[in-house]
Amino acid sequence: MEELLRSIPILGESILLYLVLAALPLVFMLLYALVTVWVEMKVSAHIQDRLAYMRTGPHGVAQPIADVLKLLQKENTVPATADKFLHALSPYLVFAGTYGAFAAIPFSSAYIGSNIDLGVFYLVAVSSIVVVGILMAGWASNNKWSLFGAVRSAAQIISYEIPAALAILVAVMISESLNLQVVSRLQQGGIQDWIVFGGALPLTQKLLVMPFTIIAFLMLLIAGIAEVNRTPFDLPEAESELVQGYNTEYSGMRFAVFYMAEYANMFVVAAIAASLFLGGWASPFGEFLSGPIWGFVWIVAKGMFIVFVQIWVRWTLPRLRVDQLMYTAWKVMIPALFLCVFAVGLILVL
Amino acid sequence: MTNAVSDYFRTIWKAISTIAIGLKTTFPHLFTPSVTLQYPDQKMKLPERVRNRLYVNIDDCIGCDQCSLACPVDCITIETIKSTPDQDLGVTSTGHKKRLHVPQFDIDIAKCCYCGLCVYPCPTECIVMTDVYEFSEYDRHNLVYNFSRMVPQDIETAKAKLKKAEEEAAAKKAAAAAAKAASADSAPGQSKPPAS
Amino acid sequence: MPETRILPTEYVTDPNLRVTSSGKTIRSEEMIINMGPQHPSTHGVLRLELVLDGEIVMDVIPHIGYLHRCFEKHAEHMTNYQQVIPYADRMDYLASMNNDWAYALAVERLMKIEVPERVEYIRIIMAELQRIASHLVALGTFGIDMGAFTPFLWMFRDREKILDLFEMTCGARLLYNYVWVGGVSHDLPSQFVDQAKAFCRYLKPKIKEYNDLLTYNEIFVRRTANVGVLPADVAINYACSGPMLRGSGVNWDLRRDDPYSLYHTLEWEVQVGKGEVGTVGDCWDRFIVKVREMEESLRIIEQALDRLPEGNVQSAIPKRIRPEAGEIYVRTETPRGELGFYIISDGTASPSRVKARGPAFVNLSVISEISKGAMIADLVAIVGSIDIVLGEVDR
Repeated sequence: MEELLRSIPILGESILLYLVLAALPLVFMLLYALVTVWVEMKVSAHIQDRLAYMRTGPHGVAQPIADVLKLLQKENTVPATADKFLHALSPYLVFAGTYGAFAAIPFSSAYIGSNIDLGVFYLVAVSSIVVVGILMAGWASNNKWSLFGAVRSAAQIISYEIPAALAILVAVMISESLNLQVVSRLQQGGIQDWIVFGGALPLTQKLLVMPFTIIAFLMLLIAGIAEVNRTPFDLPEAESELVQGYNTEYSGMRFAVFYMAEYANMFVVAAIAASLFLGGWASPFGEFLSGPIWGFVWIVAKGMFIVFVQIWVRWTLPRLRVDQLMYTAWKVMIPALFLCVFAVGLILVL
Repeated sequence: MTNAVSDYFRTIWKAISTIAIGLKTTFPHLFTPSVTLQYPDQKMKLPERVRNRLYVNIDDCIGCDQCSLACPVDCITIETIKSTPDQDLGVTSTGHKKRLHVPQFDIDIAKCCYCGLCVYPCPTECIVMTDVYEFSEYDRHNLVYNFSRMVPQDIETAKAKLKKAEEEAAAKKAAAAAAKAASADSAPGQSKPPAS
Repeated sequence: MPETRILPTEYVTDPNLRVTSSGKTIRSEEMIINMGPQHPSTHGVLRLELVLDGEIVMDVIPHIGYLHRCFEKHAEHMTNYQQVIPYADRMDYLASMNNDWAYALAVERLMKIEVPERVEYIRIIMAELQRIASHLVALGTFGIDMGAFTPFLWMFRDREKILDLFEMTCGARLLYNYVWVGGVSHDLPSQFVDQAKAFCRYLKPKIKEYNDLLTYNEIFVRRTANVGVLPADVAINYACSGPMLRGSGVNWDLRRDDPYSLYHTLEWEVQVGKGEVGTVGDCWDRFIVKVREMEESLRIIEQALDRLPEGNVQSAIPKRIRPEAGEIYVRTETPRGELGFYIISDGTASPSRVKARGPAFVNLSVISEISKGAMIADLVAIVGSIDIVLGEVDR
């Protein structure tokens, strides 16, 4: 992709090239957010035996656009006693944390925003910026309930980054690289080479490693849901904290940015899980249906599948209480993942 | 000690199994048809006994005021004018002879609580609850339904006739009383038997 | 965080003063926060004043009266006893049939009217259907408070079928004015029995579905077990009734213990909480009592439908309701508990005083007792499990 763009005379070696490269995920993110809002609406409605919007366009396909338009033209209310600078800055920080993660996700064999060898490490680090944004949002709102929600949310995200990192470690140990492009390339051989099924290892090792990689994958899914603040981990956003937790005092464009950042974060988490465990842009059939364009289709499909699972789980399960949430992270997931890491390491060495 | 450890694993197992059962329960619903009716394109079919907006067939109303008395929220206002014997107001469709003009029959449908208590006492079954439920208005005063069809002229005529009849009756009564007093004066000997 | 220790009481007059390990005195106060009257959860307009120590609830003070509509005063000004029934409907608007029946029963006992057997069976069927409908709402909204959005919509879908049955019979879906003094307003239409039987067959697998999705879900169990434990003696002292009382293990149901109508001739069991997943009297017990009561109601309905005799449902309705002077208190078992009507009649056609003893009002009074030491998230569970309807709390 980069070579293709470089060949266009106007872009060439100028800064415009990098701006275009950076804008591509942004465009993808916006389109994806619209689609996911619609998918969530429809999936949740059909699970609940009802139809969702049917009037804005056939089956409500234009509803997300209507939502965006509505949010754009809404008044931006800022509480009088709020810290105006922080209040304005925090949505964009949250957005930046999510958008920055798009740089290291391999969308196809020909396109990755930034082909650094520390891809995974960078991803885990940059998604922590979200925490800063959330805390800033809760503090700047000058609202007791927002602060409650923000602090809880921060504690939750920080706690669940550790199981996520450990699960990622399992995949990294098998693929022997932190670069997501290399990890995806390693799973090109077809569905049997996917790391969730043991990766491209000799058969005995593969069978021994498979239960642990499956557990690690499921744990990564759960940690991902917790990172995005969705049910069953959405106590910071709902219920006793009324309205929206740290989101309470936001409206209009800033709320739209928060909203979109949440959906984009869902995709980031899904794409990371897909790249590491489900083969990324590699086709499950090996050579058939593979190629640069097909790769993009595959990773989006896998990402959407995991997003669908996230939506499905949201509308099925009740919420965990804050202390139960912490218990799950620290006392259940981390020991289990330590066990996985240890076992996989042992198997690979022996 | 072992109790806590086995509890720990049992909780994890129960959590995983019940979550899996829950997910399995919701997934098939994605493929079952939904139960939503697309109103206003599709409307629910209402049963025949349904109690929605009131309707009064004013031609059948005999002005007995039973519905107004039965209403628990006082949403029916009725005014009647007695008719004189020379007026023939006709007969209702159920055979009752109408003896009262009804110049005002207002129902404030915004106050109505749709209990149906006004329907039962009506002797001519002229007040009924229909199946109309789409009757919202922009102005609240339009929700006061005036069922009477008497024009002000007719109301005045009826009132005038009633007044005249009452005056005539009063005059006749006065004349009869005067005549009795006169006959009692002219025949003093004849005493009436003592009143028991 | 610096370690704080609380000084012995003889050294300090203000219990909020604490001394840190470095010797500084810090003042920690309890935070007072309002929950409501506008709630995101659908309990109605209730204001709960919470006294919090961080996240722990120290005290809950409910403030009610936001939905007070002067039901008892209106009842005195009605021209006859029959006109009070639409008002009684609107007290506990989720269980109208039960409200109507309690009031009608009170007047019937005052006037010593015997109703025909068909009327008794019809009333039982309607009351039990209404019990199922009311429990569906209670369980659904409780699920939503816990974050499970889906069972709520499924339960409302099933409740629509009950409301269709009611609409077919008396014309209204929520506030019926159906049970009258001395009888009922309409006889059952011809297709009622078949449709009701079909509904009973339809609901049984649905209840199993709800159990799969919500009741035995480990997350839900963890949120509700051992939360808001109401010991049996406290429940009795506070005069709790209905599922709250039975959830605490007290085997007391007015339909069996103070029988009215023909409940004692039907075969059904009283469901009591046994503390299966936690302590006896926690929120889960109250939840499971309601689920099981729905199944028992289905049993009662099926038996009553089979036994429905012929008869004229309006033969015992008096032309003029004019009881002799006297007073009476009659109580029945509504989905929320013991609903009692105390009526004083002075011999005229309109009641002199109608007092309604609302179960939700009495059940709500226990909230400060059982939520001491709970977290805010638990408080939402407790309020949901008490199953209040503000129309009845405030009347």
